[in-house]
Amino acid sequence: MNIIDIINVGLFAATLRMATPITLAALGGIFSERVGVVNIALEGMMLTSAFSGVAVSYYTGNPWLGVLAAVAAGGLLGLIHAVLTVTFKGNQIVSGTGINIFALGFTAYMSQIIWGSRGASSSVPSLKAISIPLLKDIPIVGEILGTQTPLVYVMIIVTVIAQFVLFKTPMGLRIRAVGEHPAAADTAGISVVRVKYLGVIVSGMLAGLGGAFLSLGHLSLFAWGMTGGRGFIALAAMIFGRWMPLGAFGASIMFGFADALQMRLQSLGILPPQIILMLPYILTVIALAGVVRKATPPSDYKPYDKG
Amino acid sequence: MTEGEEGIYRENRLPSRLLAKLRSGLLRMLPQVIAVAAAFLVGAVVLVATGYSPLDAYATMLTGAFGDVYGIGQTLTQATPIIFTALAFLFSMKSGLFNIGAEGQLIIGGFAAALVGISFDGLPALIHVPLALLAGALAGGAWGFIPAVLKAKLGAHEVITTMMLSYVATYLTSYMVNYPFKAPGWVAQTVPLAPSAQLPRILPPTQLSASFIVALILVALTYFILQKTTFGYEVRASGLNPLAAENGGINVKRTMIIALFVSGAMAGLGGSGEVMGVHGRFIDGFSPGYGWDGLAVALVGGLHPVGVVIAAVLFGALRSGGMTMTRVTHVPLDIVIILQSLVVVFVAAPMLIRYLLRWREHKG
Amino acid sequence: MTQAVEMLGITKTFPGVVANDRLDFSAEKAEIHGLLGENGAGKTVLMSILYGLYRPDAGKILVDGEEVHMDSPATAIRHGIGMVHQHFMLVPSLTVAENIVLGNEVTRSRVILDTKRASEEVRAFSERCNLKVDPDAPVHALTVGAQQRVEIIKALYRGAEILILDEPTAILIPQEVEELMKAIRALKAQGKTVIFISHKLREVLSICDRITVLKKGRLVGTVKTGETSLPQLATMMVDRQVLETFDKKPVEGAGVVLRVEGVQVVNERGLPALKGIAFDVMASEILGIAGVEGNGQSELVEALTGLRRVKDGRIFLNQVDITAASPEERIRLGVSHVPADRNKMGLVPDFSVMENLILGSQGEEPFAKRHMILDYGAASSYADGLIADYSISTPSKDTPVRNLSGGTQQRVVLARELSRHPKLIIAYQPTRGLDIGATEYVRGKLVEMRDNGCAVLLISADLDEIRALSDRIAVIFEGRIAAVRDPKETNEEELGLLMAGGKVD
Repeated sequence: MNIIDIINVGLFAATLRMATPITLAALGGIFSERVGVVNIALEGMMLTSAFSGVAVSYYTGNPWLGVLAAVAAGGLLGLIHAVLTVTFKGNQIVSGTGINIFALGFTAYMSQIIWGSRGASSSVPSLKAISIPLLKDIPIVGEILGTQTPLVYVMIIVTVIAQFVLFKTPMGLRIRAVGEHPAAADTAGISVVRVKYLGVIVSGMLAGLGGAFLSLGHLSLFAWGMTGGRGFIALAAMIFGRWMPLGAFGASIMFGFADALQMRLQSLGILPPQIILMLPYILTVIALAGVVRKATPPSDYKPYDKG
Repeated sequence: MTEGEEGIYRENRLPSRLLAKLRSGLLRMLPQVIAVAAAFLVGAVVLVATGYSPLDAYATMLTGAFGDVYGIGQTLTQATPIIFTALAFLFSMKSGLFNIGAEGQLIIGGFAAALVGISFDGLPALIHVPLALLAGALAGGAWGFIPAVLKAKLGAHEVITTMMLSYVATYLTSYMVNYPFKAPGWVAQTVPLAPSAQLPRILPPTQLSASFIVALILVALTYFILQKTTFGYEVRASGLNPLAAENGGINVKRTMIIALFVSGAMAGLGGSGEVMGVHGRFIDGFSPGYGWDGLAVALVGGLHPVGVVIAAVLFGALRSGGMTMTRVTHVPLDIVIILQSLVVVFVAAPMLIRYLLRWREHKG
Repeated sequence: MTQAVEMLGITKTFPGVVANDRLDFSAEKAEIHGLLGENGAGKTVLMSILYGLYRPDAGKILVDGEEVHMDSPATAIRHGIGMVHQHFMLVPSLTVAENIVLGNEVTRSRVILDTKRASEEVRAFSERCNLKVDPDAPVHALTVGAQQRVEIIKALYRGAEILILDEPTAILIPQEVEELMKAIRALKAQGKTVIFISHKLREVLSICDRITVLKKGRLVGTVKTGETSLPQLATMMVDRQVLETFDKKPVEGAGVVLRVEGVQVVNERGLPALKGIAFDVMASEILGIAGVEGNGQSELVEALTGLRRVKDGRIFLNQVDITAASPEERIRLGVSHVPADRNKMGLVPDFSVMENLILGSQGEEPFAKRHMILDYGAASSYADGLIADYSISTPSKDTPVRNLSGGTQQRVVLARELSRHPKLIIAYQPTRGLDIGATEYVRGKLVEMRDNGCAVLLISADLDEIRALSDRIAVIFEGRIAAVRDPKETNEEELGLLMAGGKVD
């Protein structure tokens, strides 16, 4: 076996693919944290969305409707998180953890009801890969970017839009103000509550898109716990990327590489699967340890009390 | 006041003080009780929406959990590891840190205990059992120590690192028990522990083992440490106001590291108890999510050691009663997880509970 | 003449306290109206209601004769009311221009932020107002005076005809105060109404046309400046005369307790905060350190209490080198600390009075045997003693400290820190946010400790406090001691100049 069997263009194409759900979830994390709400429920939002997408695709035969359902499911969970943390000022970590546990139980429960198995659903119509003409003929770059499932391209577009929105639009200015100094935003006449809700719901929707990728873009079924901690890795990518969409994308590439490498090694059977599966998590811990000192969060995450 | 009257006063003081404490304790638990009730309500909605009868489901859960000696024994057996992980989360919370990796700490502790249990032969139980328990505690403690140090020295958020290490523990032990330490046969498990390393069953024919006793001892110990020792004082101060604690000369970082070590060790001890008392060997995937249960139980128990025991029994009942419920009514077992998550969510919204309380006041 | 603004019968309560009790207030057009009262008199609350931040329990507001339901700052802004708060409402990472246009953003085709045009507009506007700012500077890089200018421009940019200034001089040096007064007079000349909230009698007398005095949430009266005097205002503000000076017993032949030599310290962002600072504090002396916030004071306190690493230099306590000693060791060696923010740094709010009183000694005799088991009996009697000695008004020693008033909380801190018989007391803004009675008590205690041989290091932004209490005054500027003066041989102008970095002889 040569090194070329492991490290080749296919690996980089896979890297981009595996970076997609992490990026989308990380973008979700950014929008939530930028308005001052910690969202560790990205994992649960992704999982519930992955499930919802598959369920709707199963019943309608249309994977794109599934994607829509996934985004909606994520947004709904985002709304719940927002209600608990913004209106009721509940502890953000506890709320997020509750949503994560709920997602695990709910998806397994419904999986059992619909397909009779809590482990995996039946195969459903999924998103077919598309090829971009001209782009796919460029050597190397074309092989990586030219042919991918549509959600990969969506991810790239959404990342650029997110960066633009945050730093070049009035809404982005308000989002950053609300997270960093809600009192200042309030006295400027901005509705802090509305902006926070917006940020957290968008956060859920983005995570939902990431979940849709996992179940409809990457595979074509739902499996128990298929998010595998990516929602948490996305948080690390968010911190690594200094809460900026382009930065989070860069960090996600790194984690996506680890993910793709792990799958490649597993399929080649070089090392026992469990050892390989550990890699992305260990990498996340190391990455977090290495970079966090220099990263300043965009908010102090305290619930805003007007009095 | 005459001698006689004084005597009566003295006699009445102890029981009335206890009653007062009981009443205040119950009142303090009211938000949690309402959260549990609300969770069951929403769970009932889910059941009805998917075509099941909540009354049947809940009723069979109740009889399954408490209906007979076997049921009670199984309930307490399921409650035992949850007590450990709940104490682990509670202890970390008191120091101001979120240890959500109790699941992994439990598993790695169980494996370490198994290692000690299968590696030595001919040791007297008096040595072997504490040794295995110690190994489990140390392994779990290490799993808590690493995120603690990363947080203290580098500011790495412990929510992410404990979660990541949980996955690492799961995969690491899975590897161990699928390859180097695999017992002959199809199942991914170790060979049985030496009898000298196993904890005795205390309520045959149920699976209830001496691990339950260890759990109760740990509950008392936790209360004692937190309330009656300098270390506990420093843990609580660090958790409530680290700046003031620092100004008062407390080394907050060191306290947090030790607290997270202790937290992980508690979970690890729970894993050891399971391996040594219930299964007699380390089986891949032996924990159906006791770490998550522990989190919910700690919250429902109001982060108080006594509340933890009560809530753990409740959750143990959910699990053991749940198995009966699935068998009889065919409701998927995961409704139990849904119920638990709803409890967590409702506990996270104290204001919601207060709204409900005020609403009830207005109504009646 | 219609009043610019009228507030009638305003009542506002918070849990446990009536902040505004049936208050009437009005201000005329083109008037500078002072709102005077002690800390806690209800001035900020009243104006916050006018600005739509709080909703009153009762009463109504009229702007220009029309009744307005002031439900949010947006409504207030629409009616021409602007407010500059004590704690600035500026987003640190955004530029001046971005902060000013926030909520009213300048855009290209309504979607894209036009930062260039915003910057130009802000520059032009600020020149019209005669207030100098750099629109492209990030706010966190500005001086306090500059940030205040930004806040004023922000209010005017939104069309404020009525400008509320809440304790605007609290964080300014005397020279900046002069500039502010000039700007306020200019605003009046333009026909604007300025409401000037303050607890500083002299200032209010010097700039305001009329003064309304509040006391404990109630209206005491409104007077024309020309028809009143300092003593009369003081009596209106307070039940008794304000104590201005303390009689300090002169002390001879005391030794050096604290010696700070060439200490260099780096702050959170890695920038030098203390650049070789050096001074001594003697026994039986109060050394007052005067300076504008942000010149290294908090880093100095942290270095002295052991919470911040000293990069270079030495700290000696009674000739013992404590530069590398842990906070715990320093407490044992006799360093006590009354922190600037008692709730953030001095007390654990959820702990009981008793538990807070043993903070710092929880590992030692008699409260613990060998740093292990707590002896609540000993702690309990200790707490009882302190509650009596310091007249701490609490329902019981088990009451959580968060339920107590600010003044009582500060007594708990004092009781704990002073009863350890310290050799050195570090008091950092010890009377901030306290009413007159509590302030007097704290100052009296510090003088008492000084008289009994303790060395007291007083760091405060309140120049009056420094001048009243100190035996010597040291001015800190940019991480060094700029000068040391005898309070009897200097004045506010010289100190202000030194605090701003000016050189004197």
